[in-house]
Amino acid sequence: MIRRFLSNPKVIIGLSIIGFFTLVAVLGKPFSTHVLGRTPQSIFPEAMGVGPSWSHPLGTTVSGQDVLTWMMHGTYNSMFVGFASAIIASFIAIAMGTAAGFLGGITDRLLNGLILIFQNLPSFPVLIIAATFWREMPLIVVSLLIGLFEWTGGARRIRAQALSLRGRDFTTALRTVGESKLRIVFVEVMPHMFGIISPIFLTLIAAGVGMQASMAMLGIGSAAEPSWGLIINYAFGMNALFRGMWWWFVPPGLCLALLGFATTMVNFGLDEITNPTLSSKRLSLMRKFLKRNRRRSTPSTPDKVPAGATS
Amino acid sequence: MTSSTTQESTSGETPGHDSSTHAPRPSGPRLPPNLVYLAKRAGTYLVVFLVSLVLNFALPRLMPNDPAQSMIRDIYEKTGQRPSEYQMSIIHNMYGDPDTPVWEQFWNYMVQLAHLDLGRSIMYYPMKVTDLILQALPWTVYLGLVSTLLGWLIGTYLGARLGWKPGRLLDSIITPFAMFFSSIPPFWLGLLAVWYLSYSKGLFPAQGAVNQRMQPASLTNSDWVLSVLYHSVLPLIALTVVGFTSWLFSMRNMMITTVNEDYVHLARAKGLSPERVRNSYAARNALLPNITGLAMSMGGILMAVVLAEAVFIYPGLGGLIGASTAVRDYPLMQALLLIVIVLSLIFNFIADSVYVLLDPRTREGS
Repeated sequence: MIRRFLSNPKVIIGLSIIGFFTLVAVLGKPFSTHVLGRTPQSIFPEAMGVGPSWSHPLGTTVSGQDVLTWMMHGTYNSMFVGFASAIIASFIAIAMGTAAGFLGGITDRLLNGLILIFQNLPSFPVLIIAATFWREMPLIVVSLLIGLFEWTGGARRIRAQALSLRGRDFTTALRTVGESKLRIVFVEVMPHMFGIISPIFLTLIAAGVGMQASMAMLGIGSAAEPSWGLIINYAFGMNALFRGMWWWFVPPGLCLALLGFATTMVNFGLDEITNPTLSSKRLSLMRKFLKRNRRRSTPSTPDKVPAGATS
Repeated sequence: MTSSTTQESTSGETPGHDSSTHAPRPSGPRLPPNLVYLAKRAGTYLVVFLVSLVLNFALPRLMPNDPAQSMIRDIYEKTGQRPSEYQMSIIHNMYGDPDTPVWEQFWNYMVQLAHLDLGRSIMYYPMKVTDLILQALPWTVYLGLVSTLLGWLIGTYLGARLGWKPGRLLDSIITPFAMFFSSIPPFWLGLLAVWYLSYSKGLFPAQGAVNQRMQPASLTNSDWVLSVLYHSVLPLIALTVVGFTSWLFSMRNMMITTVNEDYVHLARAKGLSPERVRNSYAARNALLPNITGLAMSMGGILMAVVLAEAVFIYPGLGGLIGASTAVRDYPLMQALLLIVIVLSLIFNFIADSVYVLLDPRTREGS
C-alpha cells in the first residue's frame, strides 16, 4: 500500500513540494542570519524597492528590506502555523471521530451534533473577531484558534471509518476475547486509521497556512512575525501594486498556491489508489485496450461497454 | 467556548446529515419527509445561530484584555467626551460589566439584540452599526451570489463533460489546470489582476464598486448599472476562476461513478442519444452532492468574498471587516460577525431547500 502510494507520480510531486517548504522552514532562518547575514529588520538604503538582482534575488521592499529574507522567515512562520494547527485539529478530529464512532449511542449523537454545529459555523469571521479582541495575537494562539475550527471535516470522515471498523470481524473477535475498549481502539484499530488520517493531516496543513495568510492579509495577528500573508499585506498596504513591484507580492502568493497544489496532488493521488475508477493512467490504458479489442472483433462485441468502464 | 456549545447541543437535533437515509417514523402524525428534512436542517441552523450568539457574548469576556475598558477609552479619544449613559449601558451589555452577574448580562444582551440594537460604530461615530451594515450588504451579496453561481455552473458543467469521458484530451488538459487554480488564494489572484490588468494595462478599474460620478445610483439608471458591472469584472473573475474548480472535481468524480450505473446502461441500450443520456440520466444524478456541497461551502465562499473585497476596496462587508478590525471598532465587528453567520446560515438553508426540490428521495421517504 505504502509502496503503491509512493510510486504514484502525483503523490511524489505533492510530497516533494511539501518537503521542500518544510526544509526551507527549518533551514531558512539560520541560513538567512548566518550565511546571508540578514534579518527581516535589516535595511539596505542603497537598494530601496529594486527588482531581483544578484545581491537581492527577490528584490527589496520600498523600505529597502530583502524580500528573500522575509520569505525565509515567512516560510518558517507560515509552516509553523500550518503544522501546529494541523496537529491540533487532527488531534481533536481523531478524538471526536473515534469517540463518536466507537462509543455509539447517546455519545455519538452528542458528538455528531457538536460536529454539525462547528461545521455550519463559519469559522473565518469568528477567527477574525477572536483575533481582534486579542491584540498582537502570538502565532501559537492563531494556530490554536485555527485548529479549533478546522477539525470538523476530518472528524466526520474518521467517525465514518470508525463506525465501519467497529462492525468488522476482527474487532468483534477482540471484544469477545475480552480486550479492553481502549486497547482495541489504540492498538488494533488506529493503524487502520492512518490511511485516512494522513491525507486529512496534509489538507489541514494547507488549510491552516491559507487561513493564517487570509487573516494576516486582513492585518490580523502579530505584525512583527513575517508570514506569507503578512508580506502580501505589507506589499498591498505600501502600494506595491501601483508601483509594479511584482517581486514583493508574487512569491508569497505563489508559495501559498504551490503548497495548496501539493496537497491537492497528494489527495488526488490517494484517491486514484483507493478508488481505481478515478486513475487517469488506468483509464487511458483501458480505453486503448477497449479500442483495440473492438477493432479486432467489431461485429460481435456489443457496444455496451462504456468508455470509462471499470471492473 | 467548547463547554457552552456542548450544552447547546444537548437540546439539539438528530443530526440527519445524510438526508437520503432518512425515513419518517411510522408512529405519530406523518409529516411529508421533505418537510421533516427541512425542519431538521432548520433546527440545526437555529442551534448554530444560538451558539454563535453565545460565542458573540462570550468572546469579548474571555479575551485577555478588557474590550469594555479599551472601548470606553477609544470613545473618549474619538469624541473628546465621556460616553453617555446610554452608551455605557450598551457597552456593558455587550462587552461585560464588572458589577453585574453573567446571567443578567446575558439577558440584557439578548434583550438588546431582540430590539435589533447593535450599538453605534466607533469609527463612523455616531452612525448606527445596523445602517452601516445595510449599506454594505448588497455589494457582498451581489459579489458572492454571482461568483458562486457562475463558478458552480461552470464547474458543474465542465465536470459533467469531463467525467463522462475521463482520460480524454479535454480531461487531461483541464483537470491539472484546475488542480493548480484550486489552490491559488483568490485574494492573491485579485492582486495579480489589479497589478497587471488595472495598473499595468489600464483595462479595468482597480478599486471601488462603481464610478462615483454616475448619479443617481439606481437600478434603472443604465449608466450606473454598466459601471457596476464593469467594476465587478475583476473581482468576479478572481473569485470564479478559483471557485469553479472544487465543483468541477466533485462533479467529475461523481460522474465517473454514475456513468457505470445500471440505469445509465439501460438508457444507452434504449438507444437514446449520448447527449440525452449524459444530461438527463447521468448528470442529473451526479448533481446531488454538488448541491449539498453548495450548502456546505457558504462559509468559505464568504471568506473568499470578504478577502477579495479587501483587495478591490469594494464597499461590501469585507471592507467593513478590514477597517473595523484595524481600528478595533468592536460594536461593528460583533454585528458583522452576527450578520455573516446569519447570512451563511440563510444561504445554507436555501441550498438545502433546493436539494429537497431536486432529490425525490427526500420527498417520498423510503
